[in-house]
Amino acid sequence: MAILSQDEAQAILKKVLSFSTADECAGQLNGRTTGNIRYARNNVSTAGSSDNVSLAVEARFGKRSGVATCNQFDDATLRRCVQRAEEIAKLAPEDPEYMPMLGPQQFLTPNSYAAATAGITADFRAQVAADSIALCEPRKLTAAGYLEDGPSFVAIRNNKGLEGYQQFTRLDYSVTVRTADGTGSGYAVADYTDVAKFNAKTLTSIAATKAAGSVAAKAIEPGKYTVILEPAALVSDEGILNRLMYALDAREADEGRSFLSKKGGGNKLGEKLFDPRVTIYSDPLNATAPGRVFDGDGLPVKRMTWVEKGVMKNLYYSRYWAEKSKKPATAFPSGWIMEGGTQSVDDLIKGTAKGILVTRLWYIRDVDPQTLLVTGLTRDGTFYIENGKIKHPIKNMRFNESPVIMLNNIEAMGKPVRLGGNMVPPLKIRDFTFTSLSDAV
Amino acid sequence: MKRRDFVGLTGLATGALFLPTIPGLGGNPVDPARLLEAVDPAVNKRLADAALNAAKAAGATYTDVRIGRYLNQSIFTREKQVQNIASGESFGAGVRVIANGTWGFAATNTVTEAGLAKAAQLAVQIAKANSKVQKEQVKLAPQQGYGTVSWKTPIQQNAFEVPVKQKVELLLAANAKALENGASFVNSSLFQINEQKYFASTDGSYIDQDVHRIWPTFSVTAIDKASGKFRSRDAMSAPMGLGYEYLSPKAADKIPGPAGSDIIGYKNSYDILEDAAAAAKHARTKLTAKSVVPGKYDLVLDPNHLGLTIHESVGHPTELDRVLGYEANYAGTSFATQEWKAKNIPFGSKQVNIVADKLQPGSLGAVGYDDEGVKTKQWDLIKEGKLVDYQKIRDQAHIVGQKESDGCCYADSWSSVQFQRMPNVSLQPGKEKMSVDDMVSKVDKGIFIAGRGSYSIDQQRYNFQFGGQVFYAIDKGKITGMLEDVAYQANTQEFWNSCAGSCDQSDYRLFGSFFDGKGQPSQVSAVSHGSATTRFNGVNVINTARKIG
Repeated sequence: MAILSQDEAQAILKKVLSFSTADECAGQLNGRTTGNIRYARNNVSTAGSSDNVSLAVEARFGKRSGVATCNQFDDATLRRCVQRAEEIAKLAPEDPEYMPMLGPQQFLTPNSYAAATAGITADFRAQVAADSIALCEPRKLTAAGYLEDGPSFVAIRNNKGLEGYQQFTRLDYSVTVRTADGTGSGYAVADYTDVAKFNAKTLTSIAATKAAGSVAAKAIEPGKYTVILEPAALVSDEGILNRLMYALDAREADEGRSFLSKKGGGNKLGEKLFDPRVTIYSDPLNATAPGRVFDGDGLPVKRMTWVEKGVMKNLYYSRYWAEKSKKPATAFPSGWIMEGGTQSVDDLIKGTAKGILVTRLWYIRDVDPQTLLVTGLTRDGTFYIENGKIKHPIKNMRFNESPVIMLNNIEAMGKPVRLGGNMVPPLKIRDFTFTSLSDAV
Repeated sequence: MKRRDFVGLTGLATGALFLPTIPGLGGNPVDPARLLEAVDPAVNKRLADAALNAAKAAGATYTDVRIGRYLNQSIFTREKQVQNIASGESFGAGVRVIANGTWGFAATNTVTEAGLAKAAQLAVQIAKANSKVQKEQVKLAPQQGYGTVSWKTPIQQNAFEVPVKQKVELLLAANAKALENGASFVNSSLFQINEQKYFASTDGSYIDQDVHRIWPTFSVTAIDKASGKFRSRDAMSAPMGLGYEYLSPKAADKIPGPAGSDIIGYKNSYDILEDAAAAAKHARTKLTAKSVVPGKYDLVLDPNHLGLTIHESVGHPTELDRVLGYEANYAGTSFATQEWKAKNIPFGSKQVNIVADKLQPGSLGAVGYDDEGVKTKQWDLIKEGKLVDYQKIRDQAHIVGQKESDGCCYADSWSSVQFQRMPNVSLQPGKEKMSVDDMVSKVDKGIFIAGRGSYSIDQQRYNFQFGGQVFYAIDKGKITGMLEDVAYQANTQEFWNSCAGSCDQSDYRLFGSFFDGKGQPSQVSAVSHGSATTRFNGVNVINTARKIG
């Protein structure tokens, strides 16, 4: 039941709209089936499955709006749901930032679904855990990993002619491998639309090699260092680059409370803020990291450039703020793509006289929104590089750095890979600021 | 919930139609009137028995069922207007089984006898699939069945019964206070949670619980357009396990900060209007406050700040699942291993006594029974500076040679599998009479810090960095003015060993974390941390100011 076809979903939404007497009415159906397995201490710990589908209805009378939902789809339940939304709308205060519902929109044809991923079974997941553990046990290493997969869909329709439907599949996998004595730790993480690209053994091997190689880490003095940040260090665990991409709101900038606010008022749209090699865009049809083709408002998500050659080209304008600012509204994409080069992480290491290879950055939190300064720590594989080679593992360190400063200190960029639904290159950055040592492994 | 979802909700205007579905907050939006409908325990018993019987027939040796109705209402405002009012409901059931010595779990929103039986069968099927790769069989600490029992958060006024209009008016009044007192912007919000949970297990328990939580909060921003500088100050409220009575301020619940600080702390009731006015003045003052000179300072930490430091540096490293490696792939492990504990290394100074509990009235952790049917209790974690115990649940007790669970198993939704979560973890107040003014008067060079700010700690809980909401310089026993750009970095053991004592019981207050994240898939939980104002000597303070051109 959780995954409805386009016809099934739109048939329910048409019926919903037919039950409404509101000035404006919209329905959204969301459904998801997921399965997961979790293992630790070379043993399966938990595994589960869940499915859910829900309908949300918004009814509007003038500038008053009400929302209700249900998860049963017989006529009587649907009618009650619409009536509830209408009753709430009649009682609601007028919304001073009211925007009329969108009419018909043209959406791109999505490529975000792979049937093989939707067909993953509990036995497949158990085998993934078994394969990962089997690689670690003979080497006296301990694996802890997590696999989650499944199909989902979203369908929208309103009485102004808006109609949309999209199916997705996604598989997320991560594994941490530790030495039995806890003195070494390594990590690998990946996500896919199509399970055919997934290989738990390859990813576990990467984590295992890092774990074994990070034993007997030496302490170095905190300070400014050249670093090679692997993609996992840039976007996983609420990554440092995500902090930048979530801070592109035009309204906050115009209101004077963003790193994009200008002295005296206004925002920094059109200004050169980063190294000229920095170009970041979003593209829902990217073959490796496809995304959603419409957002929650029903705005079409299309290819859009956010930063081009270091210049801030677009900010996020909500429909309300766009109208007020006389700018086009911006659909919010589900992922972004940072251009890079052709080099692998190994190539970047070969080209480094002195520096630090960082596998993962962890517990990243905002320190100062004025400068986007964030803090966090290295984790699961931090190595000192000398004369183009990894010389020895080093102890983990805390950093305090701003992605704005970081993207002005680029030395080199590698080949982008998919991570967290984004495409991210490994980056070599100079003068990255470490402020203290950590004993954590 | 992912923290960024929460930040996104509070920081930006939210879409009028669809709030993201986030555990503990999201769910499906519903008519507020439905939030007052109750579920009949007799119906739940019949449904639960269908799952218990189906699992047994399919080969389970143990089964528990949680039928949950998770209700929430969130109100978001900014300045003079309402941004969003979302009333959410999430209703369904989760079935957890042991088959072939292995856990299996399945959840469904088809809450019928057939739906639950099907979920039970799927859970057994998953357990059997996983048992092929299982090497250690699950061993549960024995647990008596309690029969048919119930528990309710002892609230005075159900927040869901208070008209939305009244709640909106209070938030808008707080916004007005902030604007009158110099705020450029103010975002305020009110989160209310009601978990109606029915638990049944093959041990013979049928437990009906009604759990309430509330969190009023705001963020005030002051802007200096000429310099382009902006500063904010967040609310000094705490999320609590209380009803709407938390928002009726009582004079006895107001605890003034040190003389010269202009800070008021709150116990079991909160004056949002007073705090909003103070916040606006603080945010303005922060724009021109002196930037801190980095170095070693004696820190005097207000309970509304120290709670988060306790949470991160004591609460998390004493979670037994982290200690054992179950969280190695995500939340991390812990420095406080069993080997480390056996060496009797001082976790902190002799003044450090830290207890865990799921009982404190008004706390976020308080429940009668946990989510695997164990009656809740209080126990010592750190006694006179020594680590004496961990936080554990039924399948962990035998690993550390113990016979019973501590009753701290929790799932954030019917669709999430329950696992070990942090109980309330609280620093005991000092036994000697001491006020915050007494404490400050003895500090030669220090900083008084209040409020929850930036926080970060490594995956084994050694190295942490904390900011705050307000910072006041202490010079020769007196508060001399506000500081900015302050964060302190420390090692957990060094920090707790530098603890020079706490104020007495009269200063004791609860801090709360409403959205603590752990597990894969990530789940949230809410937990309180009590303490009195406490002094730490010689802590490393850094300056966080930067230039980005």
